[in-house]
Amino acid sequence: MIGAMNDNATGTLETRSRGSRRSADLIFQGISTGSGIFVVLAIVLIGVFLLIQSVPSLAANNANFLFSAQFSTTDAGNLRFGIRDLLLVTVLSSAFALVIAMPIALGIALFLTQYAPTTLRRPFAYLIDVLAAVPSIVYGLWGLAVLGPALVPVAEWLNATFGWFPLFANGNVSIGGGGTIFTAGIVLAVMILPIITSITREVFRQTPADHIEGALALGATKWEMIRATVLPYGRSGYIGASMLGLGRALGETVAVLIILRTSTDPTTFSLFDGGYTFASKIASAAAEFNQPLPTGAYIAAGLVLFVLTFVVNAIARSIVGGKVNR
Amino acid sequence: MVKRIDVKDVDIYYGKFHAVQSVTVSVPPRSVTAFIGPSGCGKSTVLRTLNRMHEVIPGARVEGEVLLDGENIYAPSVDPVSVRRTIGMVFQRPNPFPTMSIRDNVVAGLRLAGTRDRKRLDEIAERALRSANLWAEVKDRLTKPGGGLSGGQQQRLCIARAIAVQPDVLLMDEPCSALDPISTLAIEDLIGELKKDYTIVIVTHNMQQAARVSDQTAFFNLPGVGQPGRLIEYNDTEKIFSNPDEKATEDYISGRFG
Ligand SMILES: Nc1ncnc2c1ncn2[C@@H]1O[C@H](COP(=O)(O)OP(=O)(O)O)[C@@H](O)[C@H]1O
Ligand SMILES: [Mg+2]
Repeated sequence: MIGAMNDNATGTLETRSRGSRRSADLIFQGISTGSGIFVVLAIVLIGVFLLIQSVPSLAANNANFLFSAQFSTTDAGNLRFGIRDLLLVTVLSSAFALVIAMPIALGIALFLTQYAPTTLRRPFAYLIDVLAAVPSIVYGLWGLAVLGPALVPVAEWLNATFGWFPLFANGNVSIGGGGTIFTAGIVLAVMILPIITSITREVFRQTPADHIEGALALGATKWEMIRATVLPYGRSGYIGASMLGLGRALGETVAVLIILRTSTDPTTFSLFDGGYTFASKIASAAAEFNQPLPTGAYIAAGLVLFVLTFVVNAIARSIVGGKVNR
Repeated sequence: MVKRIDVKDVDIYYGKFHAVQSVTVSVPPRSVTAFIGPSGCGKSTVLRTLNRMHEVIPGARVEGEVLLDGENIYAPSVDPVSVRRTIGMVFQRPNPFPTMSIRDNVVAGLRLAGTRDRKRLDEIAERALRSANLWAEVKDRLTKPGGGLSGGQQQRLCIARAIAVQPDVLLMDEPCSALDPISTLAIEDLIGELKKDYTIVIVTHNMQQAARVSDQTAFFNLPGVGQPGRLIEYNDTEKIFSNPDEKATEDYISGRFG
């Protein structure tokens, strides 16, 4: 009798708590699944929309889309557009920016987390973060009016000394004006520095104190401790942060548009080339977007940029994932 | 080389906070000395001054002398890095380097000291792992990460890492407090074997453990809230646990501690 009552009592309690937990679970699950589906659907729809828009233009294209350096859409009756140079300029300027920004960001992050006096850390970190708040157009103007001209002697020296190497050979615009990938890449490096620095700084800061003390107690110097603990611990975060920066550089529009000189000659894969990136080319052509066929050509170029960014992200993920799972 | 430690009138601070007051202790070579006392009385703090790990904390400082076979490790000319290479340390939570293999963990200290010869490193790794009673369990997975071992195995790996550099002294801060009873016994046995070759200082909150493993025991206590911790009594372990000189020690040992 007593046993039965007990059973009954616990039975009711369990049903109730389980029941309410289950409905909360269900609601939450529904919301999260719903938003997941929505995001995927939105991306797919955007992709399909872009494809539909670009297919007629691709069909009307009289040049090779992948290998032609020409991009002329002014005559809708004779579309000739290829993305070769856009791709090369985009990749070269972003890669150059990354090569400059990565070591500097690493150095700043190490300085801020390991070496700077505690009182300096906050203001200095704040200063770096402010760089991220400067609008791109301001970077563009600065690059065009200040940095570009100031860098001309450096660029000329590099060209004179290492000109035998394709990257530093004469490009398709004059080095004297400063409107080169060289200038644009350095400006891009400054623009992506804050994001790489702040993420790297965060992961370095989270290095477990246990490991740091373990290394020091073994007789590691500060730098040896950093190499044994902070760097391995933060490596995947650093690489991920750099890839985020690369993604940003690939898509940067206004600053590059302002800085790069245009050229009638094709790209030579030199840092002293001018030209357009995907993004700056598309932005420069906004006036043509009232006609469907030229618009489709630019949308096709935009799709390639989208795929490029996507691939960079996927690579970053596989690198980061591999490191984390060790 | 096994060495003795003489702590002479040491005061320890965290910034303005005076954590431990005038400690004097002599640790003989080839023996185990236990630090016991209520938590917060400064056992870890004193232990960390013995290999200059205390000063790693910003604002932390030490006054007084710590002599290693007569040489003051706080003399201005002494490099703390070299002190830490001579005096090994094992921490409360096992802390093998997670990205390094088991073997690389053991030889990490030697690598820092500049040994590069692979064969020699392998030999030393095996010897250290054998000394730490871990060889049989890991010899088939030396290239696997140290983080994959059980807690007790990780702690023995940390002991192997500490003794691979052949230190003069081994410091252990509650090395068993994160371990199960069986792993704890394994470590206690290991301490008994290691004292043939090393001078060992161990912090423990477990009085039975102090009684089991140590030759000398130092009892620390806090006279009051906010006051610095003090060394109350330092004696042979047998005497501390049977007939201590101080009433406070007896109260603490017998559990009559307020
Ligand atoms: N990193 C630190 N910064 C400031 N105070 C500390 C720090 N570590 C320990 N203390 C203080 O020093 C005193 C002694 O601590 P500790 O040596 O850890 O005691 P025990 O190991 O005996 O439990 C305590 O009051 C503690 O709060
Ligand atoms: Mg402690």
